[in-house]
Amino acid sequence: MDMPIPSRRVLDRKAAIVARLRAALPADAVIDDPAETRAYECDALSAYRCQPMAVVLPRTTEEVAAALKICAAEGVPVVPRGAGTSLAGGSMPSEDSVVLGLARMNQVLEVDYDNRFVRVEAGRTNLSVTGAIEADGWFYAPDPSSQLACAIAGNIGMNSGGAHCLKYGVTTNNLLGVKLVTMAGEVVEIGGPYCDAAGLDLLGLICGSEGQLGVVTEATLRILPKPEGARPVLIGFSSNEIAGACVADIIRAGVLPVAIEFMDRPCIVATEAFCHAGYPNCEALLIVECEGSEAEIAEQLGLIRQIAMRHDPVEFREAQSEDEAKRIWLGRKSAFGAMGQIGDYMCLDGTIPVSALPQVLRRIGELSAEYGLEVANVFHAGDGNMHPLILYNANEPGQQEQCERLGAEILKACVEAGGCLTGEHGVGIEKRDLMEVQFDAPDLEAQMCVKDVFDPGWLLNAAKVFPLHVSAGRRAG
Amino acid sequence: MKVESEGQLAEAIRAATGPLDIVGGGTRPVGRGAGEVLEVGISGISLYEPGALTLVVGAGTPLAEVEAAIAAEGQRLPFEPARWGALLGASGESTIGGVVAANVSGPRRVQAGACRDSLIGVRYVDGAGTVVKNGGRVMKNVTGYDLVKLMAGSWGTLGVLSKVAFKLLPAAPAQASVVMDIPAGEAVAALSRALGSPYDVSGAGWLPGLGAVVRVEGLAESVAYRAERLAALLAPYGARIERDGSAAIWADLAEVRPFHGRSGDLWRFSIKPSEAPGVIARLGGEVVLDWGGGLIWALVPEGTDVRAKAAPYSGHAICLRGQAAAFEPEAAPVAALSRGLRARFDPRGILNPGRMG
Repeated sequence: MDMPIPSRRVLDRKAAIVARLRAALPADAVIDDPAETRAYECDALSAYRCQPMAVVLPRTTEEVAAALKICAAEGVPVVPRGAGTSLAGGSMPSEDSVVLGLARMNQVLEVDYDNRFVRVEAGRTNLSVTGAIEADGWFYAPDPSSQLACAIAGNIGMNSGGAHCLKYGVTTNNLLGVKLVTMAGEVVEIGGPYCDAAGLDLLGLICGSEGQLGVVTEATLRILPKPEGARPVLIGFSSNEIAGACVADIIRAGVLPVAIEFMDRPCIVATEAFCHAGYPNCEALLIVECEGSEAEIAEQLGLIRQIAMRHDPVEFREAQSEDEAKRIWLGRKSAFGAMGQIGDYMCLDGTIPVSALPQVLRRIGELSAEYGLEVANVFHAGDGNMHPLILYNANEPGQQEQCERLGAEILKACVEAGGCLTGEHGVGIEKRDLMEVQFDAPDLEAQMCVKDVFDPGWLLNAAKVFPLHVSAGRRAG
Repeated sequence: MKVESEGQLAEAIRAATGPLDIVGGGTRPVGRGAGEVLEVGISGISLYEPGALTLVVGAGTPLAEVEAAIAAEGQRLPFEPARWGALLGASGESTIGGVVAANVSGPRRVQAGACRDSLIGVRYVDGAGTVVKNGGRVMKNVTGYDLVKLMAGSWGTLGVLSKVAFKLLPAAPAQASVVMDIPAGEAVAALSRALGSPYDVSGAGWLPGLGAVVRVEGLAESVAYRAERLAALLAPYGARIERDGSAAIWADLAEVRPFHGRSGDLWRFSIKPSEAPGVIARLGGEVVLDWGGGLIWALVPEGTDVRAKAAPYSGHAICLRGQAAAFEPEAAPVAALSRGLRARFDPRGILNPGRMG
């Protein structure tokens, strides 16, 4: 993974820069001891590591602004960090950077059920947003798998999704407003607790901009009343193609489940060995969840059963109790853990048109055989967001590179099928060098123009998203 | 000048020597400027996959044509785009590109999100005549910056749309409404109670002569169940269930029919719903409410200084018809960012200059 050469000028001024930060922020908010900054050397893309020059952990928007002003004046690259759970290297530092971590900004600032929003500090974890309101019967919809740990700031940075976004949308569809600090240290309020802010949709632009336009310190989030109930069914099939066809039929039929999850044989086998969820012995399975009252769920599941039966399922298992529902979800939720026990894996995130599922799964199978690495598939089938997991052994020389080459080929196949490189994880450093597969030069130029406006010096997370040779003329140093 | 292909559009913009007035069907003449008219007639559905719930269509395609094509497959645009032609006294036919440029969303916005939330891809020509694409035709996509959202609601000031892609939803087989004969100022509390219930409300508004109204849509049995539960929940407001007349109510509300053919200035507020009763009381004119009170359509005597009279409110007000500036001025730091973006996307300042302020 190529990264820009760290700025000698910045590294030489480390002591002075740290002293300025210390003078402006509380004593415990600035870390520069290498023994402590090591904790920030990577995110969940742990194959790539680099210790930052310093770490700043502010408690207020004013402290964030003060830190950014100093970094801007000193020409220091800044890497914003929520909880550090990015799978794409979105918060991986560079040697000459200051990591700006939001973990200490985790308060709920306002809860308003009449107007259906909460306002939180952006370092708050995703699950604890719902945690603050669920006793009153409300929830925050986006539910990335890492929701126990990941922060709203990172969710906004990457426009995170989750299993239930088929019905409720991703982060951008549930974000009403932000308080943003620009690299110049200016505090900007965008949007608020109302629909459709005035002017250009800057909120839509900021969501998913991977921390390159500013540091979000507060977020106003749309919240929803909890449905009366929810129940999953598990449907087993004799091939990936048949399961894929069933997904398309369910969607066409006019039923809109909250989730349609897909697992293929390698994934089923691994999770069975890991957590004994009692999944059927089959080539592919779907987990479909419906919401509402008991009668409404029965009505929807009745339709889904009719559709599934046309595809000769190996098994159709409807949860009869809370416990059975949990067991149906158990394997799916343990899938990544199960894969981790087998060995190292790389998780891809390409998205394809739902209609192309069978064709792309076949192509992944061919590529897997060609590269000699096993690929397990577990993903959000309802919206075509695939998560192929490539299994490899990091200790065997050359395997990681082989795995990355296979990953690139799979993502290219997703783009060729009419899809995209990443559906919910973000580009980061991981997919940065593939951007030209999906975009032409004017497409990338238009995006980089946006960064020119928000961060003219290209100091914020600048070595991400855009291929280095494409952004070279703009980046500092 | 009318263009019928993306190539012609790019050529026309490159060749332009002065301001252009970008037009789809010309049915939303809000804050329109005085440049040379450039009509976008790039029409036709280029891809429709009902099994993937996705549609790609030329920006100049009439809205009616889009709606008919997807209705034939039992699907719809989730955000329920409304026509404004009759409201604003503009002839012509609404185009899908115009809907996107104005980010027009109807009553279902409270449940299914705005136009921009269903928009998954765009192709446009920027002010320098360069063709740019962003997003695509898949339902989830975080690859690079989201210029799709930025283009929605930019009123043609950043680029001229040539093609737009949407995710669709299955059309609901059944609907019902719950109606309460209460004044506008009292409606918001009732609507909030409905929107805070687990019954998946897909519309919440108020119409003169009818009162407050809430809608549920979906499978028949589910609609019947939820309408009953809502009627029970809203019993203190004198709620009754309306089945056969439900669709007509929402058509009236979406197109603001009580104000058709009326004189006076016409305004559209997007605010925090709980502020609506205060705004309504201070304004004094006639109103129609949507989005649980978060959207106020107001008809007031000509020349009323509406923004001053309605204040304080969060959000913003657009003057749809009247002498006031159409768009609300932005706070200084936000305005600076917007200016910066316009200067990059349209360096010569020729795309609908001044339209958004």
